[in-house]
Amino acid sequence: MPVTDVEKDIDALTMTITAEFDADTERLWELWSDPRQLERWWSPPSHSSTFVEHELTVGARTAYFMTGPDGEKHHGWWRIEEVEPPHRLRLKDDAVDDEGKPDDGGPTAMTVTIAETDGIATMSIQTHFADRESMEQMIEMGMEQGMTETLNQVDPLLGGARA
Amino acid sequence: MLIYNQMVVDRNSVHDEEGASDLLFRALADPIRRDVLRRAHEGRLSVSALAREHPISVTAMQKHIAVLERAELVSKHRIGRESIVHTETDALVRAHAALDRLEADWRGRIERMEQILETDKGDS
Repeated sequence: MPVTDVEKDIDALTMTITAEFDADTERLWELWSDPRQLERWWSPPSHSSTFVEHELTVGARTAYFMTGPDGEKHHGWWRIEEVEPPHRLRLKDDAVDDEGKPDDGGPTAMTVTIAETDGIATMSIQTHFADRESMEQMIEMGMEQGMTETLNQVDPLLGGARA
Repeated sequence: MLIYNQMVVDRNSVHDEEGASDLLFRALADPIRRDVLRRAHEGRLSVSALAREHPISVTAMQKHIAVLERAELVSKHRIGRESIVHTETDALVRAHAALDRLEADWRGRIERMEQILETDKGDS
């Protein structure tokens, strides 16, 4: 398992995940800087992602969309806030309006730190919610799967406990 | 609806964290307690009313409710002589669910990153 640490701060609303990789820092940076590589890991297997605009320069805006199994598209925007290749990257999610265009006041921010010690490269991603409201929005999004699907997963998994 | 989503998300992190998640897992590992969560999410029911829905005594139901309370899944308050149970969806529970969801998303991403590194190494 490459994940070595997960920290959650319930007050600051942050989640930090750290992983070790068998690669050098430049190679890990490419996973973020090259849109074609980003497309291979950003979305879950049920979706595909397309990065239309993506350049790691401060102030630049990344435009991407994810396509779901039924062809539905979810648009997303990032604003690049800090770039220090190959070690540090800070991105902010921009909110999306009804027409899929970026709007101010994004819900989350991500800070990526890439380091190398004793030939082992680590990547750490801290992601945090701007406020409780943004967090609630994320929960709502997760609820799209619906109660039925979720209960179907819970019941067989815990079914052994049935008397 | 929210609570069911939390169940799955929280259950996924059971192996990483003892304590709160462990309590949660045990609380959910019983069909009567899961049924209580469903019913108490839709409306506020008394302990005795909940007991009547199952072939168990009020005392047995009180024990089930106590397990759910320790996992912070329900809370209880008194109205007259009745003890009313409702499913807890307070900010803290919701925050845990959101952070657990982020963790699950990123574990998936990191796994895919690793696969890309492996594949590309094989190509070169």
